[in-house]
Formats: sequence, structure tokens, C-alpha cells
Amino acid sequence: MPAPIRLRELIRTIRTARTQAEEREMIQKECAAIRSSFREEDNTYRCRNVAKLLYMHMLGYPAHFGQLECLKLIASQKFTDKRIGYLGAMLLLDERQDVHLLMTNCIKNDLNHSTQYVQGLALCTLGCMGSSEMCRDLAGEVEKLLKTSNSYLRKKAALCAVHVIRKVPELMEMFLPATKNLLSEKNHGVLHTSVVLLTEMCERSPDMLAHFRKLVPQLVRILKNLIMSGYSPEHDVSGISDPFLQVRILRLLRILGKNDDDSSEAMNDILAQVATNTETSKNVGNAILYETVLTIMDIKSESGLRVLAINILGRFLLNNDKNIRYVALTSLLKTVQTDHNAVQRHRSTIVDCLKDLDVSIKRRAMELSFALVNGNNIRGMMKELLYFLDSCDPEFKADCASGVFLAAEKYAPSKRWHIDTIMRVLTTAGSYVRDDSVPNLIQLITNSVEMHAYTVQRLYKALLDDISQQPLVQVASWCIGEYGDLLVSGQCEEEEPIQVTEDEVLDVLEGLLVSNLSTPVTRGYSLTAIMKLSTRFSSVNRIKKVVSIYGSSIDVELQQRAVEYNALFKKYDHMRPALLERMPIMEKTASNGPTEIVQTNGETEPSTVENGLKIDFTFERANPNPNIAVITIHATNSTEAEMTDFVFQAAVPKTFQLQLLSPSSNVVPALNQGTVTQVIRVLNPQKQQLRMRIKLTYTHKGSAVQDLAEVNNFPPQSWQ
Amino acid sequence: MIKAILIFNNHGKPRLSKFYEHYNEDTEQQIIRETFHLVSKRDENVCNFLEGGLLIGGLDYKLIYRHYATLYFVFCVDSSESELGILDLIQVFVETLDKCFENVCELDLIFHVDKVHHILAEMVMGGMVLETNMNEIITQVDAQNKMEKSETFIFQSTRQDR
Repeated sequence: MPAPIRLRELIRTIRTARTQAEEREMIQKECAAIRSSFREEDNTYRCRNVAKLLYMHMLGYPAHFGQLECLKLIASQKFTDKRIGYLGAMLLLDERQDVHLLMTNCIKNDLNHSTQYVQGLALCTLGCMGSSEMCRDLAGEVEKLLKTSNSYLRKKAALCAVHVIRKVPELMEMFLPATKNLLSEKNHGVLHTSVVLLTEMCERSPDMLAHFRKLVPQLVRILKNLIMSGYSPEHDVSGISDPFLQVRILRLLRILGKNDDDSSEAMNDILAQVATNTETSKNVGNAILYETVLTIMDIKSESGLRVLAINILGRFLLNNDKNIRYVALTSLLKTVQTDHNAVQRHRSTIVDCLKDLDVSIKRRAMELSFALVNGNNIRGMMKELLYFLDSCDPEFKADCASGVFLAAEKYAPSKRWHIDTIMRVLTTAGSYVRDDSVPNLIQLITNSVEMHAYTVQRLYKALLDDISQQPLVQVASWCIGEYGDLLVSGQCEEEEPIQVTEDEVLDVLEGLLVSNLSTPVTRGYSLTAIMKLSTRFSSVNRIKKVVSIYGSSIDVELQQRAVEYNALFKKYDHMRPALLERMPIMEKTASNGPTEIVQTNGETEPSTVENGLKIDFTFERANPNPNIAVITIHATNSTEAEMTDFVFQAAVPKTFQLQLLSPSSNVVPALNQGTVTQVIRVLNPQKQQLRMRIKLTYTHKGSAVQDLAEVNNFPPQSWQ
Repeated sequence: MIKAILIFNNHGKPRLSKFYEHYNEDTEQQIIRETFHLVSKRDENVCNFLEGGLLIGGLDYKLIYRHYATLYFVFCVDSSESELGILDLIQVFVETLDKCFENVCELDLIFHVDKVHHILAEMVMGGMVLETNMNEIITQVDAQNKMEKSETFIFQSTRQDR
């Protein structure tokens, strides 16, 4: 059998292939040759064959038949063999194959080898893909190497220890003694990986965290030396001394200083020093500054330092480098809840970022802009955001539209402004608006009584222009159905009333029914609207005709409606005016749709508790209607931080109907110092066992939390 | 933690793929394809960070990449790594390759992919950054290469250098 070809030859050959099929053929031929070579147990060429196999594996071809060969290479005495063998093990093997356990003994021997590079290979492989069994067996060896004076091995042992801890957390204690003098090392490689090891231990165990807090002064000292030491050619990267190590130390300081006054106090000075002295012309400097800012914001730093940090972020926003702008926006997003005023100062720069070409930057700028909207800047901000909505990519439109609606609802300076804003969103991004905004908008419009005429007129005009955007069309049809009489009587006060006849209105609505652009839901809306006009318009015959035509529509939903409306004209004509009356003002409900409350005696329902938030239910039977129950929820917070933007939502099975009234507040104070209450009314005509699914959303310690729970154990008195 | 390091050319052909978490072979190839698809769409003057594709871990993972001539260097990392720091790391990696191969170009990576793995192994281990000092890395890689060479000298057979 001729000697197997060299890796270089194989690569050269494969590169001459002109099609995928040709390449596959070459690979298969070579695989066959390799397989027979393996069968012959050829030691000389095994290394070469495995190397070729790894190359083919990278291109995507199966290479599992080489797994055992890798093991044989690892067991060989030659460094060349071991090198490829270990590489092959890392690329081809994992803990799901039983084969990998055979490596354990080899690795154990190699960890004690006389050559440091062999030991290094073993550490590297164990640290990359060692399974929990292997880690358990070999942790002792790793711990030994963590204490060696050989810095090459020590740094690898540190990272290997991190892997062991990840796989077998119980072994963490074992490495504690070895960490004692890790930080007194001079070698930066060891320092670096030691800090990684300490970070991992602190993140995993609060006890370790408390234990390692005493290292803060030492870390501060090391950092100080790095900054003040002047030019050191060995560690210099673009004029800064070992920026990677600085960043690592800053991150560890962040973890140690969080929620701890003493540690935070101890690092205040060095943080200020780094923040002011670091050179910002190159990326390395900015990486350090960025890490410093994150640390300042996370620990208990004094307010001067926090303002400094936010100003650094503000400067970042003006940087030409897009990466810097990106990280600045990301960080500002994290801090906008806690340091709102400081971030407000940079509002105009943030708004400018909406016009950036980069998609990731635009998205962050948008989120941040919504977070910065308040009663004072609503008009200006909304102008910018609406302009953004006009021109942004489709992927943003849904989120932007929802954001605009929310902001408008919270801070609208006037009803007219609110309606105008909604109109603007519906006409420019109407097809991207979320489905649940349609009922919300309808409710908003209903409750703005004095604006009815204006609203219906604007919506009607919008329909004349464009009937393709379904949410717009649905809201418009509903309004015309409700307020069509105001439209034809020309009662608009806010702007010049238009002249429109009943027939023109009916033309438009019928047009919606027949248009290809209308979805079935939209058709339902327009048919109902036409029906409602029968009590507001005089051309009842025309309406009767339309309704009877749709009595034989193929669309079942439409057909059912039409048949029922027909019946309204014939047998139940006496009920028609009352049924089609103007809708009453709807109570403000949570965005989760209509909810009902169940009344019971003053029994307390054992509540749901999640992450310190406790919800109690109480029941009252105050309402004369026996089918309605009134439940009050009481939310208390036993954690040490308050919960803001608290929203309670509930859903019930179909046979019930639910209505949520406004909550007493949306901030649940910390440490049970106050309660948020909210009243729920549940209609239960069929007297069924009440079940409720609740969703709680709030912001806690700077992050958004969402909890879902099901409440099934309402006492029978609540629904009987 | 670094989840994967990928190098591929402008046409998506992989030149190095190292995963620090296990996926089966098909998934690995899918990830390479998806990453190439995401990264090659990017304009030249946008930022170097991308939210990860759905395959490799969803929202907590970012792709940090640099484009040098015909090659993309992509690091897939989670939120525990500093984005700007990883950019610097990619720079160190490329400079190291440049020193080791003397003005490195794509062909070097094609024909010496095992050597590139060995260099990378001195920089990143188990998904964590091991060594960032370029000279240190080169010293260690050179020493190991010397060891290999000395072994092939000892065995005077018809077998030649791999």
C-alpha cells in the first residue's frame, strides 16, 4: 500500500474540484484510503491521516471513524502525535460518546508528564471538553498544577479549574486554598486567568463572594500599578499597559462591589482615576472606559462618580466609531431607569442616533427614546419618533407603533393631540400595528366624547385615500358605524366639516365588504357598522338590502352576522334601536382585554408568591347582580427594592367575562411597606368554578420581570 | 464565555471552525452557514456587533466580527464578555497569525489549518481567554513547533514531514 498522501496534497487536490459533487468524490476516495490505513494499525502515518480527517471534518464531511484513532495518538509517546490527537479529541469527541472516557487515563499521565507542553495539551483538552466524570477524577491533578511555579502551566490550570467548577460545582471548595496567593503573581497571563477563576467562583457562590471581598485592596493596587507604571514594552497594546487585564480586574471589582458599601468605597478612587486618565483615541482605551462605566453603575458609587460615568457614555455617543456608539446606547438603556435625569441630558444625541444607518444602533436608540419620553418632552419626542416611524425598516414598525401608543396614552397633552397621533400612526404604519391595539384605540376614541365628530371625519377621509391597512380600516369602520350621524350632519368643530351624504358613506362601507384587500375580520367590522347605521341614517332600505345579500355569504362568520341582523329587521325590529344604541363610556381596563370580577364573601384567597411579590385576593358581595363578583387583589413586595411599572393582568375562561378597574398605584414599595390594590369584576352567568390566569409585569432592580401564574383554588363562595 | 470561533472567506467557505460547546456535525455546518449569511449581509460601515442567529443560542449571544480582505473572523460570545474587548482580541489574534506566518494571507490558513488551531489554543481555552500577550503566545507556539521538528529528525525513515 503506497504511503498516504500528505495533508497539503489533499488540500491541493480538493481545491481543484470544480463542483460540489467532484469534491465529494475526492473526499470519499480519500476517506476509503484512510479507513484501510487505520485498519492496518499503521503507527507511522496515523498522525497524517487524522490531520486529513480533521480537515475534511471542517468542510462538513463525517469523520466519526477517526475518534478512536485520536485516542491512539494521544497515547503515543511522540509530541507530534499527541498534538494532533488532542486537537482531534477536541474537535470530534464530546461527553456524549463513551469513547471519551478512555482518554481519562492518558490525560492523567500527561498531566504529570516531564514536558510542560505535553502537560499543557492535557490541561487544554480537559478544560475544553472534559465531562463531569473526567473532571471529578482529575480535579486533584489540576489543583496540584494550580500551585506550581511554572507560570505557563499555572495559567492553563486556572482556566481548567474554571471548567471543572462549571461541570462539578461541588468541587469548588477544593480550589480555595490554591487561590491564596494567585494575585501575587508577576506573570500577567497567570494574573489574567486567576482573575477569571476568582470571578467564576464569586459568581457561583455568595459565600465565596463574601470571602473574596478582602481581595479588593489588592486588586485596586494591581490596577493602579498598571495605570501608573508608564510604558512597559512587554505589555503594551496601543499605548496602554495590558488593557485585557485591566478590563478583567474591573469586571471582578464590579462583582465584589455590588451591594457592598465598604468595597464600593474602597474602589471609588481608582475608578475615578481610570475614568479620567485613560487615553480614548484607540479602541483599547474605550474598552477600559466602557468597563469602568459599567462597574461604576453597578456598585454603590457616589453620585458624582455616576454622573461622570453617564457623561462618558454621552461622549461615546458622539464618537465616530459605530461600535462605541452601540455600546454606549446599550449601557444607557440599562441605566435609564435608575439614573433617569442624568440620561435625559443626552436626549438630543440619542434622538439623532435614530437617523443612523446601522440597524442595531437604530433599535437601541428607539428603545432608549421611548424610555426617555415624559410629560415635558412628549411633543418634541413624538415628532421625532413619528418621523422615525415613517422612514424606518419594517422590522421596527410594530414595536415603534406600540411604543408610540403607550407613550401617547401616558403623556398626551390633549385629547386632540392624542387622536391626531393615533391617526398618524394608523395612516403611516397601519398594517404593522399589533392586533390588540384596535380594541384599545376604539376604547380610547369612545371615551373622548368631545372628539367624536372630529375623529370620525378624519378616519373617513383616511379611508377615502387608502383601504389597504387593516387596523386603520377596522377602527374607521367601527367609528363610522358609531358616529356616522355626526359625519353626515357636518358637526365637526375642530376642523372644516366635510360635506358627505349617507349614500357616500354607505358606498365606502360596502366597498370594504367587496374589496380583495379586506380580511374577513375587517368585513365583519364593516357589516356591523352598516347595520348600526340603520338607526342613525334614514336610508334603511339600502341597508336592509345589503344585509340580506350577505345572508348567503360563503364566509360563515359574515353569514351568521347577516342572518342575525336580518332577523333584527324582521322579527325583532322593536329591539333594534336599543341594541344598536350608542356605546357607553367603557371603564379603563388593563391591556389584556375585558375582565370580570367575581364576588364572594370576605374570604381571603391564599395568594401566589413569586420572587418576593405576594398577591392576595379578597372577595366582596356588594353588587346586587348575583352573577357578578368583585375581587380585590392586594400586591405586596417583601424584597428590599421597590417594584415599579407594576401591571396586573388577568384572563379567565370563555364562559366568564372580566373587567379590571384602575390600580391604586403602579409602584409596589419595598419591604412590605405598602400595598397596591386593584379591583376586578367577574361576570359568571353559568355559575362555573372560577379559574384565572394572571400575568404580572414590573421592573425590579433595573430589570424587567414577568411572572405568570394560575389561580384555581378560589373558594366556592366566590362563584356560587 | 466564547461559544465559537469561526473563520470563513467571502464566499462562506470555512477556513477554521472551533466550537467550545458541543453540537453535532450537521448543526455545526448549519451554524457556519447561518453565521456567514448574517455577516455577509452587513454593510462596511456599520458596527461590528450582531445579535446571534437562532441556532447558536438566541438573544443572549452576540456575533462579534471583523472583516479583513477576503476573510471574516467571527467570535460568538455571551454577555459575560466585553464587546470592545473581544474586538481587541480578534486584532491580537490576527496580528499573531501575521507574525507566525509572515504576512499571513488566506492561503496560509488554508494549507496550515492545524497550525492555526495550535496558535488559537494558546489564546483561548475552554471558551475563555487564556493569553493576550502576542510575544508570549508566539514564543510558546515556536517552542512546540521546534519539539515537533526535532522528533521528525530522529526518525530517519522514508516518511517525510507531514
